[in-house]
Amino acid sequence: MAKSSATKDAQALFHSLRSAYAATPTNLKIIDLYVVFAISTALIQVVYMALVGSFPFNSFLSGVLSCIGTAVLAVCLRIQVNKENKEFKDLPPERAFADFVLCNLVLHLVIMNFLG
Amino acid sequence: MLCQLQFLTKNGIYDFWNWFDDRTWYPLGRVIGGTVYPGLTLTAGTLWWILNSLNIPLSVETVCVFTAPTFSALAAWATYLLTKEVKGTGAGLTAAALLAMVPSYISRSVAGSYDNEAVAIFALIFTFYLYIKTLNTGSLFYATLNALAYFYMVCSWGGYTFIINLIPMHALLCIVTGRYSPRLYIAYAPLVILGTLLAALVPVVGFNAVMTSEHFASFLVFLILNVVGLVYYIKGMLTPKMFKVAVTLVVSAGLIVCCAVVAVLVALVASSPTKGWSGRSLSLLDPTYASKYIPIIASVSEHQPPTWPSYFMDINVLAFLVPAGIIACFLPLTDASSFVILYLVTSVYFSGVMVRLMLVLAPAACIMSGIALSSAFGVFTRSIKFASIGKQDDAGDIGNGVTQNHVVKPDRNEEPPKEKASRKKKKEKENVEKAPTAAKKSERRLLMLPMEASVVAILLLVLLGAFYVVHCVWAAAEAYSAPSIVLTSQSHDGLHVFDDFREAYAWLSHNTDVDDKVASWWDYGYQTTAMANRTVIVDNNTWNNTHIATVGTAMSSPEKAAWEIFNSLDVKYVLVVFGGLVGYPSDDINKFLWMVRIGGGVFPHIKEPDYLRDGQYRIDNMATPTMLNCLMYKLSYYRFVETDGKGFDRVRRTEIGKKHFKLTHFEEVFTTHHWMVRIYKLKPPKNRLRGKTKKSKSKPTSTISKRSATQKKNPWQ
Repeated sequence: MAKSSATKDAQALFHSLRSAYAATPTNLKIIDLYVVFAISTALIQVVYMALVGSFPFNSFLSGVLSCIGTAVLAVCLRIQVNKENKEFKDLPPERAFADFVLCNLVLHLVIMNFLG
Repeated sequence: MLCQLQFLTKNGIYDFWNWFDDRTWYPLGRVIGGTVYPGLTLTAGTLWWILNSLNIPLSVETVCVFTAPTFSALAAWATYLLTKEVKGTGAGLTAAALLAMVPSYISRSVAGSYDNEAVAIFALIFTFYLYIKTLNTGSLFYATLNALAYFYMVCSWGGYTFIINLIPMHALLCIVTGRYSPRLYIAYAPLVILGTLLAALVPVVGFNAVMTSEHFASFLVFLILNVVGLVYYIKGMLTPKMFKVAVTLVVSAGLIVCCAVVAVLVALVASSPTKGWSGRSLSLLDPTYASKYIPIIASVSEHQPPTWPSYFMDINVLAFLVPAGIIACFLPLTDASSFVILYLVTSVYFSGVMVRLMLVLAPAACIMSGIALSSAFGVFTRSIKFASIGKQDDAGDIGNGVTQNHVVKPDRNEEPPKEKASRKKKKEKENVEKAPTAAKKSERRLLMLPMEASVVAILLLVLLGAFYVVHCVWAAAEAYSAPSIVLTSQSHDGLHVFDDFREAYAWLSHNTDVDDKVASWWDYGYQTTAMANRTVIVDNNTWNNTHIATVGTAMSSPEKAAWEIFNSLDVKYVLVVFGGLVGYPSDDINKFLWMVRIGGGVFPHIKEPDYLRDGQYRIDNMATPTMLNCLMYKLSYYRFVETDGKGFDRVRRTEIGKKHFKLTHFEEVFTTHHWMVRIYKLKPPKNRLRGKTKKSKSKPTSTISKRSATQKKNPWQ
């Protein structure tokens, strides 16, 4: 009985989440896809490391951190361009994107240096 | 340090990273790039390069001398920016003025103090400023700059772990107190990722940036922040009822996962012997740790807990202003002001552990006192102003409203739009506004102090400031203006100058061979390398404990064993610092117990109780035979009785225990004017063959042996 109510709740939750998410604009959805892709790449690398070993540790570190860093920066961008966030109303999306590009540039320069 | 810069300017950055210095730590040598925080050297090198490319021909030494003052100016500027972000321009200016004079920081920023901390304090404050700026604006651009400033801090000083623990603490505080905002995410998450990568680029940190426990806090908070961010996002999407359902579902599942992750982490950390924490950091958390386990950390006087007078000496009246500043930070409490409070509290704790970290406390105290002073001035001047304006009633209305907006709400975020709005409102509908302004006015009346009281209070505050300035000038003149290598003392018959160190180093550089090795305690390693240009065994960069322990063992062994150790290290000369004749308290005899402890930590045959009589360290006739026969005692007090006939040590204030003795394996080659530095040469090993031929009693060889015997007595005549 309890289990069925739990599953029902879960289903209702799932539905409401889906309907709420369907309302998000397309550009945010694209960013979400990008974030999911980056995180899954990081996960693949972690699994690979667990299987094969972390010998060139700097390579592993830079690989994983570049994925996580990309994801984090994309999340930051998403926060800034999201219209629902009142705090960033006066921040134009162009400026947000420029910041994002700059930060990514720094991140990947560092990673290229660290990759060795 | 200086020679690093010379090397850098001469050979370029790539050679600097790969530089293997064989002039120190003989016979090991030292990889400079991997054992030094390169920030200071690179900064000074860049300055020198810029000046030279602008055709301003300055020598490397000049640049070194002026690096610290330049950066102290920059630090004052960074303090202004940081305090401005927290409490407005007035507080910022006051804080910068206070920091410019604070004695604790003067000790590191005087011209000629070429030390890591000189640039590191600037980097510290600037990193904090950029963090606060990012937190206030939520701009990714400042987050990038913040990571770069953090990188500079990692380059300059080991104290960067303070930042990487303080900022997560603040983020956690914000989350726990329900102040999470997207701005916090933007300020914190990129900093952790970029900062970790950048820190790993510095060779001396390397993989420590992800492997040691000092950095784990930041990753943990990073995870928590991500989860919290996701929760807030979902909460915004769902209706409250559905959110409750989601929470119950997720919490039950998530708790299990969390427990598993924490268990794995704890197991990982617990499996490493020191629990993953490096010694210096452990001694911060547990003040007794270092003295228990790591004598080399405890032996440095800067790593001792400070005394109360040193607080008064170093931050003076700021200590009394700080509580007022904390109160001012709570009205109103913003993210930025909570950060400053956290910074102050942690740095007070750390300064209580190590006297050196007083340097980290000083900026926090300055910021707090700046806030306190400026808000106190704000209250007093406002009440004076309103007391005078209150008489001419209607004229004050508009002006007051605007000034109040200026003074009472210095929160930078909200100020500009509100101010604009209120101005607009006033212009458009002044009549409607009358009622609220009246209410405001009565409120303001309540806050007002009597005119006389506020005038007196302002005068007292100015007096306090003047007292602070006087103290700072006095401290700078008395404590930090004299070079530490030339000592002076004021006695009734005038000023005495003790220039013994330079005398000794000059003697070494003129009278010994370039490749001779000089052994001394590590305190004098850098000086010997720089001023005498001789290879030393250990120096102030204490990267190898065993090697220092070897020297400590040699110093605390009897003469023969010590000679063997030194001979095996290829040492030609031994340098000891002795203050017994002139009363110079920080000499080698006073440091000797640390040599015994450090030596005993690695070589167990050196036992500390052997050198103590009933737990007391003494050198008079009650001293233990081990103490009276050890090398350090002998080298310090050799021929000492000849000075006054009694052998009275002015530092220990006793007569020495063993007065007449001879050295068999060492010979005195140089003693400076005030006996402060004594240099001994290792005698060459005895020639065994000659002893045997002497037994055979053949005539010509015996004359040779006789001559050699006379030579042995005085082989350098």
